[in-house]
Amino acid sequence: MSMIVPFGPQHPVLPEPLQLRLEIVDETVVSALPVIGYVHRGLERLAEQKDFQQDTYLIEHICGICSFMHSTTYCTGIEEIMNIEIPERAKYLRVAWSEMHRIHSHLLALGLLADAFGFESLFYQIWRTREHIMDAMEFTTGGRVMLSAACVGGVRKDINEEQKKFVLEKLAAIEAEFKEEAHVLLDDYTVKSRTVGVGILDAKTAYERGAVGPTARASGIKMDHRMTGYFAYDKLDFEPVVEDGCDAYSRTKVRIREVYQSIDLIRQALAALPDTPLKTPFKGNPNGEAAVRAEQPRGEVIYYLKGNGTDKLARCRVRTPTFANVAPMLHMLNGCNLANVGVIVLSVDPCISCTER
Amino acid sequence: MKIVVMLKTLLFNLIKGPVTRKYPYEEREPFPGERGVILMPDESKCIYCGLCARKCPSNALTVTRAPGKEWKYERFRCILCGACVEACPKKCLEFGSRKQG
Amino acid sequence: MMKINEEVSLETLVGKVAALQVAGYRFVTMTTVDCDDYFDIYYHYDKDYELYTLRLKVEKPGVVPSISTACFAALIIENEIQDLFGITFTGLVVDYEKHFLLAPDAPEKPFCHVPGVKITTVDSPAAKKEEVAE
Repeated sequence: MSMIVPFGPQHPVLPEPLQLRLEIVDETVVSALPVIGYVHRGLERLAEQKDFQQDTYLIEHICGICSFMHSTTYCTGIEEIMNIEIPERAKYLRVAWSEMHRIHSHLLALGLLADAFGFESLFYQIWRTREHIMDAMEFTTGGRVMLSAACVGGVRKDINEEQKKFVLEKLAAIEAEFKEEAHVLLDDYTVKSRTVGVGILDAKTAYERGAVGPTARASGIKMDHRMTGYFAYDKLDFEPVVEDGCDAYSRTKVRIREVYQSIDLIRQALAALPDTPLKTPFKGNPNGEAAVRAEQPRGEVIYYLKGNGTDKLARCRVRTPTFANVAPMLHMLNGCNLANVGVIVLSVDPCISCTER
Repeated sequence: MKIVVMLKTLLFNLIKGPVTRKYPYEEREPFPGERGVILMPDESKCIYCGLCARKCPSNALTVTRAPGKEWKYERFRCILCGACVEACPKKCLEFGSRKQG
Repeated sequence: MMKINEEVSLETLVGKVAALQVAGYRFVTMTTVDCDDYFDIYYHYDKDYELYTLRLKVEKPGVVPSISTACFAALIIENEIQDLFGITFTGLVVDYEKHFLLAPDAPEKPFCHVPGVKITTVDSPAAKKEEVAE
């Protein structure tokens, strides 16, 4: 006989309000149904009421974790409509801040995963390491999360020599500290017993259900939107991180390897900073439509923007990565043990506030 | 099979003591360029053009020219993006430390 | 600029989507745009980092066959469009009946250019309590 167990929206494991109606038989989950809508703000509609330059700051507030990446992707979309070519230095700076956000998001996600299986000291240890990157962001832009550094036509803030030195110091500190924590996440017996073989998502299902980001890459799908070479990614040397374990352990491993990859990318970008202006001046209003994509910590984000020649946009649509990852997550939950639900949900790294906008 | 992998870190933490500060008694120096609050140190420089209010994405600023000239700032609406600071033609707006707000 | 690869109609939609799934395209998302007299629905697919977009023109108020049987991932986004634009999708695998993102007392189809501002009030426990107090 089956029964329905509501999981969330208030649950010690979940950082954000997501409810899962789990149909269980004994201890096994038979099916899961997501219930969201607790933090729906209608930001897409609000973006149509403000002028397109103000939207840069509004869009930044969609997510409290990958905020810079949202605003910079939005700016790329407007630049595509208006045919603005941004300066070289701005491209490298956008890469640097995007990768800083990726490190901070992955460390946050790994910490929360540690918390999900009850490893509190590891959780605090990882978040302690995360403070380094928060400091780097605050020193370079003046804000810990809301950088407000992107604008249409380039960037608003610069990284000078002193700040560059500080960022590189902090990266070295993260690399040294994170080595120990990654070792615990990957090799510890108790951690492995909670993650290996949990939340299986095979490559075929992942592709069919439209999984993106680390969730797809941990299932052996080589899909990283940075490979298309937007901003300055075409001039930097990196390879997408792919694992083929298809379980929560592989997703953790992908994130750990991506932290190192991001550290490397920031170093490359800061070393190659060209000496050009920060911003291309432009005139006029966007007229036309564009669909742009970028790789966020959780996966691919798509912006559809439509301008009608006035200073207000006709439509601004955002599909955040978690939205695409909900359907694969439901597949993972089928047939799992009730005790593993928290670990599976956190291994996808859901950002519900992003999803509802 | 590896157990107690975390032990090294834990022992190290035990010897080294806390990394946190005793906050109200001990404070970290804020970074230069900290965005804490929008200030207008010298109101006589302002020409009340209203450009800052028009650029503000969160309607935190209101500028009135008549009957009395007034520049009003709502601290709790402000998202500290700095669009007003950038837009001001007289450069009379600036960021202050978060303690000043 | 965005490229529209193909125009589809209400009859050919489900067949076209099923063919794309078989051809190895990945479902990215759907976008609805309110063009005042009608809705444009874009179906974004992806293969090898290239976006493949189908466009469907729908008369208001809009009844569209659901593609969630062919492509499960479309289920969530179709429910969202149902909420925000008031378009009805027929044959949804799981139908949240226009209360997926919106609360029961939220305005109807708030993303339309002329939103149906009707607010259906529900009896909240707090309101009931006040009545009793009176």
